[in-house]
Amino acid sequence: MKLLVTFSKKAGRKPIIAQVVKDTGVLINVERALIDSSEGEALIDIPDDMCQIVREKMANLGATVRLLDREISIDESECVDCGACVSICPQEVFYLDGDWKLSIHQGRCVLCGRCITACPHGALSQLGEP
Amino acid sequence: MEKYSRCMEKSIALINERIRDGNAHVVTADQMPAIVAELGEEGALAEVDVVTTGTFGAMCSSGAFLNFGHAEPPIRMERVWLNDVEAYGGIAAVDAYIGATQQSDTQGEEYGGAHVIEEFVSGRSIELRAMSKGTDCYPRRTIATELLLEDLNQAVMCNPRNAYQRYNAATNSSDRLLHTYMGTLLPSFGNITYSGAGTLNPISNDPKFRVIGGGVPIFLGGGKGMVIGEGTQHSPGGGFGTLMVTGDMKGMDPGFVRAATMHGYGVTLYVGVGIPLPVVDIGVVRSTAVRDEDIEVDIMDYGIPQRSRPSLRKTTYAELRSGTIELSGEDVRTSSLSSYRRAKAVAVALKEWVVRGEMLMAAPTRPIDPSRVARPMHETARTPRVLDIMDKKVVTIGQDELIREAAARLLKGETNHLPVIGDEGKLVGIVTTYDISKAVVNPSKGSKVRDIMKRHVVTTTPDEAVDIAVQKLERYNISALPVVDMENHVIAMLTAMNLGKLFGGRWLK
Repeated sequence: MKLLVTFSKKAGRKPIIAQVVKDTGVLINVERALIDSSEGEALIDIPDDMCQIVREKMANLGATVRLLDREISIDESECVDCGACVSICPQEVFYLDGDWKLSIHQGRCVLCGRCITACPHGALSQLGEP
Repeated sequence: MEKYSRCMEKSIALINERIRDGNAHVVTADQMPAIVAELGEEGALAEVDVVTTGTFGAMCSSGAFLNFGHAEPPIRMERVWLNDVEAYGGIAAVDAYIGATQQSDTQGEEYGGAHVIEEFVSGRSIELRAMSKGTDCYPRRTIATELLLEDLNQAVMCNPRNAYQRYNAATNSSDRLLHTYMGTLLPSFGNITYSGAGTLNPISNDPKFRVIGGGVPIFLGGGKGMVIGEGTQHSPGGGFGTLMVTGDMKGMDPGFVRAATMHGYGVTLYVGVGIPLPVVDIGVVRSTAVRDEDIEVDIMDYGIPQRSRPSLRKTTYAELRSGTIELSGEDVRTSSLSSYRRAKAVAVALKEWVVRGEMLMAAPTRPIDPSRVARPMHETARTPRVLDIMDKKVVTIGQDELIREAAARLLKGETNHLPVIGDEGKLVGIVTTYDISKAVVNPSKGSKVRDIMKRHVVTTTPDEAVDIAVQKLERYNISALPVVDMENHVIAMLTAMNLGKLFGGRWLK
C-alpha cells in the first residue's frame, strides 16, 4: 500500500520516517522523496495490514498522510492506445494488452510524472487532478 | 463462391460487380499472410477480392482548406486566426488553409491547428478572427465570429504528406533527456520509439504502387477521401514512400482525427488513413502477404544533432512490437507512437464499407513513381562551421603543474579558459579563472592543476556547425569550448568572443 507523506515546515526537521520505523517496527520502503530544508514529500510503500498504525503514527508526528489507491489514471476518451508512455516509465506501469489496448499494472507507480508530459494526447493524470 | 481457373487475373470491374452484389470477400491486411500460407498465392487470388489497410499515427504534414463565405459588408481576409491559431490567408478573400502544426499565438504548444481541426470535426465552435487593409470592393477591415463546421461552405482536408511507408526508429546516445517528434527519448539509450502500422501500412502492402495512385478512394479521418498522388518527400526508392491525400472534413470522425502535442517539440495531428487494395493479380497477393518481420527500419541515434544521424542497427516492426530490443548487449524497451489498435480499427471500418457496398475500387488515374528518391535541401549559403571562427591560438597546461603556473599562463595568454593536457597530449580537463580564484580562497584542495580541474569537458570539433556549438554553450551555461580532433588533442578554442566573427558580414546576406 502506498502513502504520500507531506511534511510541514516544522515537522521537516524531525526524522519522522525513522521515528515511525523505530516505534512500529514496520519496514517502510521509500520509493521517492523530495525533501529540502523547509518542507518535504515522500512516497512510501508499506504492508497493507500496517497501514492504519503507520498513518496514525505519522499524523501524530505532524505529517499529512494521503492514501494512494489508484496512482495514475487514463482518460479513455483521450487515449488512442499508442503506447508512447510504455518505454519511458521507470516502473513499467504501462503495457499494451493482447488487443493492443493500453493497460496499467496497478501498484507500481511512484508518481514521477514523466508519463504525464510524454503523453501526446494529454490522457494521463495523477489521481485527484482534473 | 464460384472458383476461377489457375493463373487468372481479376479485373477491377469484376471485383466491383462482386462488391455491388454483396459477394466480395474482403479481409484486413494483417490476415493476408496466414491466408496466403494456407491457400497458396493462386488460392488467395481466387479467394480474396479486396485487402484493406490502415494506419493511425502522427502526421504533421496535414491541414485543411476552409471557405467561410462572404460577410456583410464583405472582407478580403489577409490574416486569419482560428481560436488564436493563424491560418494561411493568402488565397483570395474568404479561403484559408489551417496547418496542423501551426501553434496558437496565446497557448503555445498546448494548442494548434491540429486542435482546431479536431474541434471542428467534433462539432465544437471555433472563433474566427480576420483583418484586412480594406479595398473598394471589400471595405471591411476586421471580423470576428463563431463558426461550426456546418457553417463552412467547404472544409477540405488536404494533407501533403501522409501514410509514410515506414519510419526509422529513434534512440538517444547522449546524456540528456531529448524531446523530439519521435517522443521522449531517455538518455544513454534508455528507450527506443517507433511509428508505423507495419503489416497494415497501405504502401508497405503495395510498395510498387501497382494499385495505389492518384484518384484511388481511401478512408481518411473516418470519412471518405482519395489519394491525390505522391506525397511530399516521397522517397519509395529508399523504402519511404508517402501519399498526398484529401477528404471532406464534414464526413470525418473525431476518433480518427486527433490533435496531439509532442512535449518540447510541438503540435501534430494523428490521422487515420486506410486504402482498400483490389486483389487483381498474383503481384497484389504477394505484396499484401507482407508481415511485420519483413519490414525493416533503422534505429537512428537522435543524440547526434545532424541530418544524417548514424544508424545503430537494423530492426523490424515485429521486433519493435515485441516490447524490447537488444542494443549493444542490453535489452532496451520500445514504445510505439502510432496506435496499432486504431490502425486495425481503420482497416476494419474500411472492410465494412466495402462489404456493405459503400466503397468501390478504382484504378489509379495518375500513377505514382515507385523509384523516386527525395533529395536534401540545395543550400546556396554555406552554414558556418566551428573551423571558420575558432581561435587557433591555444594556451594549455599540464595536469601536474602548479596552480600558480596556471594563473600565470591565464594572465599571459589573456584568456579565461585553460585546457588541461594529460599524458599523450590528450585533453583531460579544464581550469578557468574562476577555479583558480576558488583555489586561492580555499587552498586545502591541493596545489596542482589536477586537484582543481573540471574533468567533464564539453568539447566541439572543427566541422561541427556553429549553431550546434552555440547550443552547447547555452545548455551548459559556459563561455568556451575546446576544439578537439579525432584523438582528443586540443587544436583550437571556440569562445563566446569568436561568435562575433559571424556578424562581420561574411555570414550574413
